[in-house]
Amino acid sequence: MKLTFDIAKTHLFSRPKQTLVAMMGVTFGIGMFIAMVSLMTGLNDMTESLAMTSSPDIRIYHDITQDRTSIVEELNPRGINFVHHPKPKNETQKVRNAFKIAEIIRRDPTVRGVSPQLTSQVFYNYGPVQLGGTIAGVDIIEEDRLFGLKAKMKAGRIENLIQDPNGIIMGTGLARKLKAQTGDRVVITTPQGFTTTLKIVGLFQMGIGAIDNIKSYASISTVQHILQKEKAYITDINIKLHDFHLAKELAPQYQKQFRYKAEDWEVANATMLLGVIIRNILTYSVSITLLIVAGFGIYNILNMTIINKMKDIAILKAMGFSGGDVKQIFVIQSLAIGLAGSVLGLVIGFGLSSLIAQAPFNGGDILSIEHLPVNFKLKYYLIGIVFGVTTTALAGYMPSRKASHVDPIEILRG
Amino acid sequence: MEKVLRTHKINKYFYDPVKFQVLKEIDLSVNKGEFLSLVGKSGCGKSTLMYILSTMDTDYDGDLEIAGQRLTGKNQNELAAFRNEHIGFVFQFHYLLPEFTVLQNVMIPALKLKKYSREEIESRAYEKLKILGVHEQARKQSAKLSGGQQQRVAIARALINDPIIIMGDEPTGNLDSYNTQLVFDIFRELTHVYKQTIIAVTHDGEFASKSDKVVEMSDGMIVNTREKNVALPTS
Repeated sequence: MKLTFDIAKTHLFSRPKQTLVAMMGVTFGIGMFIAMVSLMTGLNDMTESLAMTSSPDIRIYHDITQDRTSIVEELNPRGINFVHHPKPKNETQKVRNAFKIAEIIRRDPTVRGVSPQLTSQVFYNYGPVQLGGTIAGVDIIEEDRLFGLKAKMKAGRIENLIQDPNGIIMGTGLARKLKAQTGDRVVITTPQGFTTTLKIVGLFQMGIGAIDNIKSYASISTVQHILQKEKAYITDINIKLHDFHLAKELAPQYQKQFRYKAEDWEVANATMLLGVIIRNILTYSVSITLLIVAGFGIYNILNMTIINKMKDIAILKAMGFSGGDVKQIFVIQSLAIGLAGSVLGLVIGFGLSSLIAQAPFNGGDILSIEHLPVNFKLKYYLIGIVFGVTTTALAGYMPSRKASHVDPIEILRG
Repeated sequence: MEKVLRTHKINKYFYDPVKFQVLKEIDLSVNKGEFLSLVGKSGCGKSTLMYILSTMDTDYDGDLEIAGQRLTGKNQNELAAFRNEHIGFVFQFHYLLPEFTVLQNVMIPALKLKKYSREEIESRAYEKLKILGVHEQARKQSAKLSGGQQQRVAIARALINDPIIIMGDEPTGNLDSYNTQLVFDIFRELTHVYKQTIIAVTHDGEFASKSDKVVEMSDGMIVNTREKNVALPTS
C-alpha cells in the first residue's frame, strides 16, 4: 500500500502540469457548486424565513369561495348537468366558536401559539386619496407570541394597543405612504362604507413589502366595531407550531375536526416554495454538469497516462505486482487529484461566497435586505467534497481497471 | 545436482488465426547455478516457452515446477507474489521506471516483497549496484544513464530479492558488443560465484556458445541440448 502510494505520488509529481489541469477541472466544478449552493440556499432560507414571519403555520378560516354542489346536481345526480357561472352563497366569513376552537388547539403540546383574529380589506384615507390595505383585529400579546412582533416594532410598544381602544399599529411602508407617524390619526373606511378615525400607536416592519405596505393591527374589539360585527366575529385562527414541518400533517386533521378550511404554510406560500425547488434544481444540475465535465477530464488524462505507462505497468506486473496493485496505483492518483481539487474548490467556493455576500443588493420595497443572502453552512462543504471525490473516483476507476488488465507478455515481447 | 526448474509435457496452442501448436511436449529441467541459453530460429517458440517458465503465461497444458513448487493452476495473484520473490527478469529493453532514480528502481521489487526494512533494502540495493559496477549512478534519474548502464541496473533490479532464477529475453539484444561482453561476464559471475540460475533466450550464437548449457528449439520442440564441460564447483 505504501509502495503503490509512493509510485502514484511519483507519477503525479513527475508531470505536474497534467496533474494541475486535471485538478483545476475538479476545483472549478466544486468551487462553482459551493458558490451557487451558498447563494441559492441563502435565498431559499431567506424566502422560507420570510414566509415564516409573514404567514402562520396553519390558518383556519371559512372558505366561502369553495365549490359547492348546485341544487340541480343535488336533484339530478346521475344526469348531465351544466351550471354556467355559479356564484358563492351569501355567507358570512365568520368562524363559529372560534375562541372555543382556539382553546382546543392550544391544548396540543406541538402548538406554540394560537391567535384568533379578524381581518378585513379597508381603505386608508390620505387626504382625498384612498389607499387600499388590510386591518387585522388581534390579541396583540398572542400575535407577538406567534410572530415575534415586539422585535419588529420600529416605534411605540405593542402594549399601547391594549391601553388605547382606538389605537392601531401600522406597517412602516404604509405609514410612509400616508406620511403619518405615531400619534397621528388616520381615517379608515370599510368596504361597507363605515368610516372611523384611529390613532397610530406604533409602527412595525416585517421586512416584506407585501405586508409592511398594506397592513395594520388593531385590537379585536376595535376591528369588530369598525366592521359593525358582533363580539364573536372572528374570521381567522392563526396557529404557529414548535416544528413548522408538522403543519402539513396537522392541517388536514384540523380541517376534519373543525369543518373549516385549514391551510398550511406550504400551500399558502406555494409560489415562494416553487422558487426554492427551481433554485435547487438549477444549483444541482449546473454543479453536476460541471463535475461530469471535470470527471471526463480526469478520465481522459488518466487514460492517456496509462497508455503512456503501458511498459511500466508490464514490468511492474512481471516483477510481481498483482492487477490489484496496479489498479491501486492509478486509483490513488485519481483520488489524490479529486481530493486536492475538491479542497481547493472548497476554498475558492468559500472565497466566491464571501464576495457575493458583500455585494450590495437593494431589495427595494419588497424586501428589506442590503446584501445578497449567502449561506455558509458546513453541510454544503461536506456535500461538495463528497461530490468531488466520488466523481473523480468513478472517473478514475475505469482507466485503472483497464490498467490492471494489461497483459505484460504482449508488451514485453514487443 | 539440485533441480531448480522442471517442466513436464508442456503443450501450447495459438488459436489466432488458425489453431497452431507452438510448443510440443516440452520436458526441460534446469539445475541450480546453471547458465542456460534457449536458442533457435525466430518463431520456434523459445520466447513463448520462456514466458511460460516465467509464470506470466498460464495458458498451456502440462506441468511447471519451480523450486519444488507446482505452479500450474495457481491464480494470477499467487503467481505475481511468486514472481516477486523467486524470479528476476532482464529483457531486451531495460524497462526501468523513468520517473524514479536508479536506486529506487532497484528497490521497488524488494519494497513490494517487504522482507526487509526500508533501510536494509536500500543498502542491499546499493550492494547489488556495486556488483554490477553502477553504484556511482545510484542517485541519478534512470533515464539519464547510457544503454549499457541501464541494462546493468535492470540486472541489479532482477537480483534484489535473491531470486531462484533470473530469466532473460534477449538480455543483450539491444547492446553493443562491449556491453554484451560485460553483461555476459556478469551472468557468468552470477552463476559461478553466486550460484545464481539463469535462463536466457537469445539468438546471439556467440553468447549462447559461452553459456553452460544450450537448449536448441525448432518448430516447438527441443531438438538439441549441448552441455559445455565447464568445471562447476561441485562442493
